[in-house]
Amino acid sequence: MNFVHDTRLILGRQVRLAVRNPVWIVISLLQPVMFLVFFGPLFASVFNRGLVAGRGNAYGYFVPGLLIQLGLFGSASVGFSIIADFRYGVVDRLRVTMVSRLAILVGRVLRDVLVLLVQSAVLILIGLAFGLRAPAIGILIGLGFITLVAVSLSALSYGIGLRTKSESVLASGLNLLIMPVVLLSGIMLPLTIGPGWLQAVGRGSPFRYIIDAMREAYVGRYADAVMVEGLTVAAGMAAACLCLATMIFLRENAR
Amino acid sequence: MTIIEAQGLGRMFKTRRGAVAAVAGVDLTVERGEIVGFLGPNGAGKTTTFRMLTTLLRPSTGTATVVGCDLIGNPVGVRRGIGYVPQAVGSTGGGSDPNSSVREELVLQGRLYRKPAAEAVRRADLLLAQLDLAGLERRLTKTLSGGQRRRLDIALGLVHAPQVIFLDEPSTGLDPQSRSNLWDHIRWLRQDLGTTVFLSTHYLDEADALCDRVLVIDNGRVVAEGRPDELKQRVSGDVITLSVTGDPGMARATIAGRLDIRQITLSGRTLRLTVRHGERALPELLRMLDDAGVTLTAVQLVRPTLDDVFLTLTGRGLRDDSPVPPAEPRAALAR
Repeated sequence: MNFVHDTRLILGRQVRLAVRNPVWIVISLLQPVMFLVFFGPLFASVFNRGLVAGRGNAYGYFVPGLLIQLGLFGSASVGFSIIADFRYGVVDRLRVTMVSRLAILVGRVLRDVLVLLVQSAVLILIGLAFGLRAPAIGILIGLGFITLVAVSLSALSYGIGLRTKSESVLASGLNLLIMPVVLLSGIMLPLTIGPGWLQAVGRGSPFRYIIDAMREAYVGRYADAVMVEGLTVAAGMAAACLCLATMIFLRENAR
Repeated sequence: MTIIEAQGLGRMFKTRRGAVAAVAGVDLTVERGEIVGFLGPNGAGKTTTFRMLTTLLRPSTGTATVVGCDLIGNPVGVRRGIGYVPQAVGSTGGGSDPNSSVREELVLQGRLYRKPAAEAVRRADLLLAQLDLAGLERRLTKTLSGGQRRRLDIALGLVHAPQVIFLDEPSTGLDPQSRSNLWDHIRWLRQDLGTTVFLSTHYLDEADALCDRVLVIDNGRVVAEGRPDELKQRVSGDVITLSVTGDPGMARATIAGRLDIRQITLSGRTLRLTVRHGERALPELLRMLDDAGVTLTAVQLVRPTLDDVFLTLTGRGLRDDSPVPPAEPRAALAR
C-alpha cells in the first residue's frame, strides 16, 4: 500500500523533527500544567464544598477540561508549521515526488496525535500526583477522545494554514476560535451552574459534549447517553475536519 | 526528441479586481538533452509555468506533455520522470528543511520515490559525492553555506535520476564563486547524466553561459526564443560606436541609410549605430567615412547582451529598477 508506506515516511520525518526540537512540546504543555498546579487546588476546594454540580473527585472533573485545553492550544497551532514548510519549499518538494498527497496530511496529523497523547500522559501523571482518581479504562477512553480532538484540530489547522499560507490569518482565526470554545465548553466550570441562555449557547460548542463524555468516563460510566453524544460529536468533527483538510491538500494539483 | 511540449498553457488567478492571467497561453517545446533557459523579469510567469509543468499547479487553459505523459491525465507519470528544484529566496525556499540533516533529506526523498531504504541510502551517498557535499552528511541544512544548500536542493531533485530537471532561479543570491561552481554542476547534469535541464533565470550571463536555447517570457507570454547569439542577432544586432574629430553631423549624413544600419544616435562627437552584422559592416563603414574625409579617433564594436535583447523585446530592462527607455526599441524591432 503506497499510502501506508508514504504516511509512515512522513510520520517518521515529523516525529524526528519534533524530537530534535522539543521546546514547543514542552511550552504548550506548560500552560495546562500551571492551571493544574496553581488553579487546581482552588478548584478542588470549590468542588469539594459541593459548589460544582459534578460527581467523583475534583481532579477527575478538572483534568478532562485541561486535556481539551491542551489540544486547543497545541494541536490547533500546528498549521504554522505547514506555512513555514511552504516557505522553505518543502511542501512543493514533497508534492513533486510520487508521494500520496493524502499521506502528506495524514503523516503530519498522526505525529500531532502522538505528541498530544504524550503531553496528555504527562498531564495525567501530574494530575495523579495531585489527587486525580479515575478508573484506568476511563482514562484510556479519555485518551481516545483526545485522539479524535487532535485529529480534528490538527487537520483543520493544516487546512487553514495551507489554504491561506498566512501566519496572521491563521493566528487571528485561532484566536477567534479558541477563546469562545474555552469559555463555552465548561473547561473550568460546568455550564450547568450558569443561566439557561449560557447553557443554550454552550450547546453550540462541540467540545462541550466531548468534555462531558470524558468526565463520564472518569467516573466510570462508559455507556450512557452522554457518552454516545460525545463520541458522535468527536468522531463527526474529526471526519469533517479531515475531509476539509483533504480537499485543501488535493486541490491545485494536476490531479 | 521532444521531452516537454506545452500548448496554450495558461493560469488565471482570482484577485479582488477580477481574474488576472499570471501565464497567458504559453507554447513551448524542449528537446531531450537540451539546456533551455527561461528568461524574464520577476513576475513574468516563469515560476507559475514551472509549477504547472511539474504538476504542482493545475493549468486553467492549455495542455502539456512532459516526459511523454499528459500533465492532467497522468501526473504520476510526469512526477516519476522529472525533478524540480524550487526557487530559494534568502534563507528560505529551495526545498530543504532547516532542521533536517543533509543525509536525512536525501534518503527521505529517495524513499518518497518508493525506493527501498538501502537503495535510497546508496543513492544519497553517490549524490553527496557527485555534488561535492561529502562530509556534510550529518550537518543540519540550516548550517550549510548558500552554495552548499543549492547543491543539496539540486541533489534532492536528482535522487530518482529524472529525465528532466527544472531549476527555478538556481543561482539567485549566490556569490560569484558559488555561482560558477553551480554552473559547472549544471553542465555536468547534461554531460554526464544526460539530463535535460530547464532553468529559469533573470540573469542574462547565466542564460548566455549555460543555455543552448532561451525562451524570453514577459507578462505571461513567450515573446521570443532562440539560441542566445541568434536572439541577439535577430533582435538588436551589434552596436558600433564611432568617435570622430570632424563634424559628427557630416559623418552621420555619410552613413545614414547605408548598409543595414537600424539606428543611429549621436551624442557629442560619438555616433552609436545598431547594425545587423557588426563585423561585416565595420570595414565598409570605415571606408565610407574615410572617403568622406571624416577622421576617427576610436572605434568600438560591442555584441549585444541578452539584456539588450530583453530591452528591445519588451521596452524595458530585466532589472525591476531599470528605467523605462524611450519608445524607439519597439519601433526598431518592427523594422
